[in-house]
Amino acid sequence: MVDNPRTPPIITAMEEKEVEVKAPAQEKVPDESPKENLIPVFIMGKRFFVPESFTIITAMEYVGFQFKNAVGCREGFCGACATIYRLEGDYKLRTGLACQTVVEPNMHLAQIPFTPAVKAVYDISKLKPELVSIQRYYPEVFRCVACNSCTKACPQEIEVMDYIQAVKRGDLETAADLSFDCIMCGLCAVRCPAEMVQFNIALLARRLTGRYLLPRSHHLEKRLAEQREGSYEKDIEELMGLSRKGLTKRYTERDLDFEVF
Amino acid sequence: MSGYPEYMQASLKKVAATRPARLEKAREGREVVKAMTLAEREDVLNKFHPDYLPDARKPVRVGPNKGEEMTSRVVDLLESYPRINPDDFDLSEPDYDTDVLIIGGGGGGCMAAIQVANAGMNAVLATKLRVGDSNSMMSQGGMQAAVNPHDSPTIHYLDAIGGGHFDNNPELVQAMTIDAPRIAAYLEELGVMWDKDSEGRLMTESGGGTSRRRMLSCRDYTGAEIQRVLRDEVKNHPDKITIVEYSPAVELLLDEAGEAAGALLYNMETGEYNVVRAHSVIISTGGYGRLHIKGFATTNHYGATADGLVMAYHAGTKLLYMDSVQFHPTGAAYPEQIVGFLITEKVRGLGGQPVNKEGELFVFPLEPRDVEAASFIRESTERSLGIETPTGRVGVWLDSPIVNLLNGPGTIQTALPAMVRQLKRFGIDMTSEPMLVYPTLHYQNGGIEINADTETTLAGLYAAGEISGGVHGRNRLMGNSILDYNVFGYRAGHAAVQRAKALVDRPPAKLHMDHVRAYRKELEEAGIPETSHAPILLPEYRNPEVLKKHRKDYDPFLGEFI
Ligand SMILES: Cc1cc2nc3c(=O)[nH]c(=O)nc-3n(C[C@H](O)[C@H](O)[C@H](O)COP(=O)(O)OP(=O)(O)OC[C@H]3O[C@@H](n4cnc5c(N)ncnc54)[C@H](O)[C@@H]3O)c2cc1C
Ligand code: SF4
Ligand code: SF4
Ligand code: FES
Repeated sequence: MVDNPRTPPIITAMEEKEVEVKAPAQEKVPDESPKENLIPVFIMGKRFFVPESFTIITAMEYVGFQFKNAVGCREGFCGACATIYRLEGDYKLRTGLACQTVVEPNMHLAQIPFTPAVKAVYDISKLKPELVSIQRYYPEVFRCVACNSCTKACPQEIEVMDYIQAVKRGDLETAADLSFDCIMCGLCAVRCPAEMVQFNIALLARRLTGRYLLPRSHHLEKRLAEQREGSYEKDIEELMGLSRKGLTKRYTERDLDFEVF
Repeated sequence: MSGYPEYMQASLKKVAATRPARLEKAREGREVVKAMTLAEREDVLNKFHPDYLPDARKPVRVGPNKGEEMTSRVVDLLESYPRINPDDFDLSEPDYDTDVLIIGGGGGGCMAAIQVANAGMNAVLATKLRVGDSNSMMSQGGMQAAVNPHDSPTIHYLDAIGGGHFDNNPELVQAMTIDAPRIAAYLEELGVMWDKDSEGRLMTESGGGTSRRRMLSCRDYTGAEIQRVLRDEVKNHPDKITIVEYSPAVELLLDEAGEAAGALLYNMETGEYNVVRAHSVIISTGGYGRLHIKGFATTNHYGATADGLVMAYHAGTKLLYMDSVQFHPTGAAYPEQIVGFLITEKVRGLGGQPVNKEGELFVFPLEPRDVEAASFIRESTERSLGIETPTGRVGVWLDSPIVNLLNGPGTIQTALPAMVRQLKRFGIDMTSEPMLVYPTLHYQNGGIEINADTETTLAGLYAAGEISGGVHGRNRLMGNSILDYNVFGYRAGHAAVQRAKALVDRPPAKLHMDHVRAYRKELEEAGIPETSHAPILLPEYRNPEVLKKHRKDYDPFLGEFI
């Protein structure tokens, strides 16, 4: 029902007035799963017992936290839920997204809801798609010591160091390609000994690539030119003038054409 | 190794066994199964779509839409009491004075803010979480725009209006379909990396209810790519745009003439309330998935709680089509940790097929969403051909491995990296095994009534994006809502600037919340008891066992004793 049926039922301000309606999925089979095992986790140093299959976010809610930050999409797309943790008996400091990481016994965790970051202010229309544009705003990119800490920290499995190296070579297109799945969670920047903000550098590389380096679409340009003549307005106005019946007919009789171009 | 339990293996074998025959058919042409006639569509909707269940709707007893039937859960929210008492606030000395206030930092809000800044005016962009923590960040599949030679805005218009069951506001659909190519080009200028071939041709896919390939994409991070570019551009105007994060609006503020002139913001971190005064107000707070209508899981982000709808309704704004909810046919149904997550429609756009327990393809894969969703529910309930999960859910297979067989090896990996990664985290390899899916609460079809300039029925208030109603009728097609928030966010920015320009020289507006007092009175007069408050701002997922141990008069969210 909610993110997880074994999390508490949703209680909202309107709870009492809600009519009891079963969702079709739930109508069929009652929940007969065995009760979940509870395991200890340490949230900012304090021990709580949480169900073992929960993600960090749902586990924290289970023990009573209500998030006012450090959460956004809950599906691995927004990067709001960056988290660092250690496992019992292991020296490694690990990183993950709280909405995508399942709790482990004796995990010690803290969230990093915000990464202080350098963000250049620029006018994209005045930049050239070249290394100088990035160098101007983020000269620290040349301080990379190729330690690969960023790549190891990235929950998106991005080759962060490689895209930084590509930027250094002035190969913005490769940097854009390699960094494409970046959700700007900030974990790479937190780990970087050269103190750079990889994700903002990558964003600039991608914007330059999207605007200047990818080839332009002639189809799109042609369409825009056609539209300047206004021909489609008239066609659509004709459709707008049809009765519902007439429109329905046009709709059902429209041809399907799935040719690529 | 299979990501599914032992008892599902027999069914999985059947899916694999029927695959070659299904593949063959798919290779020959697109219509692997006959699409439904309009009558068949209606039948399955009436019997199985959650919107059509007997208690799905009820009439609202107060406000501008009084007497009209809406989704029951929405009615409960609109019949809740305002969460603040206007008497507690001094509005005479605003904390922010600006030209345009934009409420909601998702795609629509960012697009509008950029327009305001480009026009040389000032904006306050107030948002609940961080800028970009929004549904816009999450969309994967793509944005519709008629850019192909054999396509046109006219055909796009026809698809959208038919998909919406002809209830769409024609003026809005016209604006959207005509603006679409221009918006695609505008986003490209901002640096959005559309998927293109080596000659620069935009890659296009088909989606449910479209008669052409029209879906532009940025791999399967389409929404993230657009949203992060828009956010970055917003941040490139620090002198013009003041960003106020973690500060949801809780009520609109009106001026002497009863027109929108600001909002009251609640700083969730410090507990203080801040007053914003503006010449125009744009509301772009997105949808309501986190209301979990009918107990459904949702694809929406954490802040999708219909706040804007409630505030605007308190201020007398009319709503449209609030009786229709979009359930996305393919939400994840297994494993438990990702239930409700979106499995993008693009999987079906690329040839993925919904298949039942017996391995049979039971519905045309690209029916409009409501029809597709209702068919999945029929298959799982009446026909008992769904697959039960260990936790008592049910779902149908979405055969994804067929995509690579159809389009060549590696297609899934390059077209859907986000999806592959997400499922892999939870043990499922979608390139070799199908996914288990069930409808999930996805999109608010209706909303605040607007015209093509995004004006609402309240002067000074503009609405854009998922919060608005009329663009999609009672059913939105995939790819039309990214387009919607871009087109109407853009238009809202320009319209709000026009109004602000006309008002810059007026004496500072005297702000009030008389509408909130009046709304409270109306609720009382309708005999509605004060058992709940809205807007709710955040969904409540805390363990009730913990909440029981709170002091009874303490509201941990407000941080106040009540
Ligand atoms: C998982 C998923 C996949 C999708 N895929 C597609 C797709 O492939 N194609 C497509 O066209 N559409 C898709 N959609 C739909 C589309 O993404 C949304 O409809 C669209 O992005 C809505 O944009 P918006 O700006 O109106 O709202 P949002 O982007 O949701 O932004 C609203 C913002 O307002 C803020 N807010 C809320 N309440 C308040 C308040 N009280 N005060 C201040 N701020 C507030 C929110 O925090 C949020 O930041 C998808 C949606 C989801 C959830
Ligand atoms: S590159 Fe950095 S900011 Fe981007 S997802 Fe990886 S760790 Fe997060
Ligand atoms: S962490 Fe910093 S220094 Fe190390 S490889 Fe990455 S960018 Fe270079
Ligand atoms: S909450 Fe968005 S990535 Fe985790």
